[in-house]
Amino acid sequence: MGAQPLMRIENLVKHFHVRLGAFGERAATVHALDDITFDILEGETLSLVGESGCGKSTTGFTLLNLHRATEGKVIYQGKNIVELGEKAMRPYRRQLQIVFQDPYSTLNPRMTIGEAVGEPILFHKLATKAELKDRIATLLADVGLPPRFASRYPHELSGGQRQRVAIARALACQPKFIVCDEAISALDVSVQAQIINLLLDLQQKYGLTYLFIAHDLAVVRHISDRVGVMYLGRLAELATREELFEHPLHPYTKALLSAVPEADPAHERSRQRQILQGDVPSPLSPPSGCRFHTRCPIAMEICAKAVPEWREARAGHMVACHAVTEGLPG
Amino acid sequence: MMMANDIRPEPSAKTGERLLDVKGLTIEIDTRNGPATIVDGIDLHVNKGETLGIVGESGCGKSLTMLSMMRLLPNKIKVTKGEANFAGRDLQKMSNSDLRKVRGGDVGFIFQDPMTSLNPVMRIGQQLAEPLIYHRGMSKAEARKRAGELLKLVGIPGAEDRLDAYPHELSGGMRQRVMIAIGLACNPQLLIADEPTTALDVTIQAQIVDLVKDLRDKLGMSVVWITHDLALIAGLVDRINVLYAGTVVEDAPVDALFANPSHPYTQGLLASIPKLSDERSTRLSSIGGTPPEPGRRPKGCPFAPRCPLAEAICHERVPSLEGLGQNGAHRVACFVAQRKLEAA
Repeated sequence: MGAQPLMRIENLVKHFHVRLGAFGERAATVHALDDITFDILEGETLSLVGESGCGKSTTGFTLLNLHRATEGKVIYQGKNIVELGEKAMRPYRRQLQIVFQDPYSTLNPRMTIGEAVGEPILFHKLATKAELKDRIATLLADVGLPPRFASRYPHELSGGQRQRVAIARALACQPKFIVCDEAISALDVSVQAQIINLLLDLQQKYGLTYLFIAHDLAVVRHISDRVGVMYLGRLAELATREELFEHPLHPYTKALLSAVPEADPAHERSRQRQILQGDVPSPLSPPSGCRFHTRCPIAMEICAKAVPEWREARAGHMVACHAVTEGLPG
Repeated sequence: MMMANDIRPEPSAKTGERLLDVKGLTIEIDTRNGPATIVDGIDLHVNKGETLGIVGESGCGKSLTMLSMMRLLPNKIKVTKGEANFAGRDLQKMSNSDLRKVRGGDVGFIFQDPMTSLNPVMRIGQQLAEPLIYHRGMSKAEARKRAGELLKLVGIPGAEDRLDAYPHELSGGMRQRVMIAIGLACNPQLLIADEPTTALDVTIQAQIVDLVKDLRDKLGMSVVWITHDLALIAGLVDRINVLYAGTVVEDAPVDALFANPSHPYTQGLLASIPKLSDERSTRLSSIGGTPPEPGRRPKGCPFAPRCPLAEAICHERVPSLEGLGQNGAHRVACFVAQRKLEAA
């Protein structure tokens, strides 16, 4: 690919301190994110997948400095942005945007669509008041909505239209990077396809970089350049789309892929699924060593003791698994 | 590790003995502007031993149809026409006390969200025992023993120890297993599963689908699986009904539906699922527009305003569900599809 990294994430850690018990008498730590290292390349779509609670949304939030990182760095334009205060962060905020899952709760019900889309433009002083109307119309056209929608309110729109507005609002700041946090998960299949197409079109038009957080692997396979698999706060594997789906190395990735249903009855009836037993352990007290060892079909003695190293198994194919490491020369 | 394999005999679909037969069911909702039709004269049936998939997008009436059969609708929503026969008796005309014997007895339910369907202040053992005592007249001790067996049946580790747990002490996947155990408690003839895996992760989803498949084969019941995910039920069901705006637009055996989708809506749904073979960034085909809201149903075919093949007649008249081909097992409600077939 040869693209430059847009963002480098180095040993990022996020712990949440919570209080448990009926009266909050027990302090505990949620290990939401532990020692995550990866690059996001300019112009690519990098997806993060994994089960709920694996830390994929926390990653998105933490690298935009919306959650304070506990440790580690996020290098963007030569600066570690996770140590910046709110004011110093402001110029970066414009370039780094996010679209959420639920457009019902992220749009202000008392603001018209035009006001919602225009707000970030005025805040970042990207247009004068006189230019504003045209700019809003252009943005709405970009996301496939007619200009008359500017005077409507969110409740008058369908879910798909609202998600288009949320995307227009993110685009309003002329960003370089957008985190799509389950941005299409709440939509019906037919509408979901419209939004996926829209995201791909916008990426081409404006050279955007996406961090796409999703649990639907069919969609991820469709839109990603590279895919990272997370399990319980750690990255298990990260590779190009072809490499990950054709040659998965980590046993968790293999299990995850084999659970994805295909729209093919004969194939579905005859397939041998590798079904994981049990549930994801609690991030309050994650298992020792490799966090997957309690459910792993090929767990060895070492897996409960040592954290597997995050290493390159093949060119551009990162994985953290003792079994894979042992099978490799050197 | 558990391997899922299909070793199920052909269902008795061919004998055509209908366990559930819904005819012309119409459901309306009271709105400020008067009553609006949500489900419009729907016909559907489930044969003995058959698994039927009901597929449609949100608001198409798939859940309401099933709830209405059991007369579980909220106050503002009413059945205004039609009948729903279960094992030869019309559920709409049954007395409340008779219907209570059917609910949870001969017909089991699994709902989408176990957190809101389970009683949070009742131990799961009690919740499992309740239908057994009510429907099967078991003693408390018998019911508790059977509850333990049921938890084991649905694969909950340490089943007997879990009887005294409260729902919040279990994970989402485990709670859904408890829901399934309750649905199966009285050995129902029919299990209605309403999006039972939508809130779950993909690995847990696969566990639940395989579990229902196993139990169905073991217990020989009929299943209605309501979902918006065509791929999920591809390997599970015998037949699929595709719903759009409160009507069945296509009814076909599962293989025929995937091999030869005939309604433009079904074709659109299947085409909008990303496929393995797609290159990255190929545009997905999508269906423009959105489904009609209740009260704003178009005249004629409800799909016509979004349909790429719509003709003048589609905006005028409502197509009925007609059999394609010789045996008529594959039915579609579309003027264009029907005419194409006649011409061929």
